[in-house]
Amino acid sequence: MAVKNKADVIIVGAGIIGCAVAYYLTKKGKSVIVLEASDNIGNGGSSRNGGGVRQSGRDPRELPLAMYGIEKLWPGLSDELGVDCEYHKEGNLRLGKTEKHLEILQGLTERAKACGLDVRMIDAKEVKQINPHLSDEVIGASWCPTDGHANPMVTTLAFYRKARMQGARFITGEPVKRLRKVKGRLREVLTESGDVYEGDFVLVAAGYASRKILGTVGVDVPMHVELMECLVTEAEPPMFNQMLGTAEADFYGHQSDHGSFVFGGSSGLELNNKDEGAKNSPGNAAITAPCICRGIMKYFPELADAKIVRTWAGYIDICQDGVPVLGFVDDIPGLVVACAFSGHGFGIAPAVGEQLAMLITEGKTSVDISGLRYGRFQAKI
Amino acid sequence: MNQIVDRSRDIGEFVPQPDDDMLVCRCEEVTKGEIRKAVHDGMWTITEIRRYLRTGMGLCQGQTCARLVKGIVARELGISPAQLEPATARSPMRPIEMKVLGKEEVSDTWQ
Ligand SMILES: Cc1cc2nc3c(=O)[nH]c(=O)nc-3n(C[C@H](O)[C@H](O)[C@H](O)COP(=O)(O)OP(=O)(O)OC[C@H]3O[C@@H](n4cnc5c(N)ncnc54)[C@H](O)[C@@H]3O)c2cc1C
Repeated sequence: MAVKNKADVIIVGAGIIGCAVAYYLTKKGKSVIVLEASDNIGNGGSSRNGGGVRQSGRDPRELPLAMYGIEKLWPGLSDELGVDCEYHKEGNLRLGKTEKHLEILQGLTERAKACGLDVRMIDAKEVKQINPHLSDEVIGASWCPTDGHANPMVTTLAFYRKARMQGARFITGEPVKRLRKVKGRLREVLTESGDVYEGDFVLVAAGYASRKILGTVGVDVPMHVELMECLVTEAEPPMFNQMLGTAEADFYGHQSDHGSFVFGGSSGLELNNKDEGAKNSPGNAAITAPCICRGIMKYFPELADAKIVRTWAGYIDICQDGVPVLGFVDDIPGLVVACAFSGHGFGIAPAVGEQLAMLITEGKTSVDISGLRYGRFQAKI
Repeated sequence: MNQIVDRSRDIGEFVPQPDDDMLVCRCEEVTKGEIRKAVHDGMWTITEIRRYLRTGMGLCQGQTCARLVKGIVARELGISPAQLEPATARSPMRPIEMKVLGKEEVSDTWQ
């Protein structure tokens, strides 16, 4: 096998996770090869998500990573990467219209507070002060002032750009077929084209496709895939800078620096929805964008005349217990896993990238990710 | 399609050109120089250029500039424009108000 296919670390998947790990590893002087199946860097969920950088609503096992990233990494990220990632740390409102909604929000708030997050319930008056454009039907919200949003496409490509500048070798159009152990340690990555790549560590960060790839060395992450959809309006005059969500999770979104509103949402039929997409690109189900529009107009009557210019869809890799699988795998030295982000891998991506680079180079992380290890899954009896 | 591309291939240095200030994507105000620089930043496909710079993401959705952008990127990479896949077209093909899109007929299948 040619030596040119050797590196300290081989990364499978050039989504934001693969690109971020590649960036932090090359910053530490490691050699890295990133193998990407698609022709485009970041063509998976990383370029299709709603851009939320949130802590509120996160599971206590994932929250430490989310809080660490927002405190330490996101604020300086644009400067560090040399590209404006359009990060805004101007809070998240999770809105409620009924008593039942407020109960849901109260529960989420209590749990996050217990983990040390600054989040609280606010009344209709305070909601209006923060965002005067909201409908009078909103009776309360949970408010997390340190949540925010960023531009996912640019952030993903910014990690790629800087990692590449630091010497990471990215190869697109090179789908990985399987992994292979050599003398008990995972060393080799075999691609559909017949190429073999070799590294001291192999990171699998290929979204839902990770399941099949990891299966070739007997690792099975219990996750499924769901289609999620977004839409974007034409540019509107600046209205607000917070990230928004609702108790019912019927839609979420923000206004981008460009002026357009990016909203994501669901129809509730996602498990059985029809993917009307073409090759290389998942497609929207016809019923979803209209449903998202109705959700938005209930909260923002002013936006009824805003024009939708594009809609798109992406897959999320949903873990059995709703949080990612991260880190080493017992019994398979050399293997590092980062998948099953369950629809919230963008906000934590810088923290995941930095911590996994640390794990690979130093054997430990500074943020506790033990609750996210692969070994946590067991049958109920 | 799905061609193996090593993004470390040497495409030479970015060399400024006299018409780098020329507007290529009018909707999003992107210049030729910005597109050429993005190629040197590693954005080697139309989709990556679009996500990085917003070319073709404005009101006309690339109907005016798509061919121009393709030509510029291809020349910078030293390949034929035919080797570059166009970006995915997205519905709705014409901008449509939320109140209109939100009012679609609900078919029997989903009732
Ligand atoms: C509509 C939508 C909205 C979302 N909203 C948010 C949000 O607001 N906030 C948030 O934090 N998260 C959100 N998410 C989730 C977030 O986008 C993902 O968790 C995150 O992008 C995961 O990054 P990744 O790198 O793991 O995966 P991906 O971006 O999917 O990257 C995986 C890569 O692996 C590649 N690959 C697949 N198979 C192979 C193979 N065999 N060989 C080589 N490469 C392969 C793929 O082509 C892809 O590029 C949303 C997701 C969607 C779809």
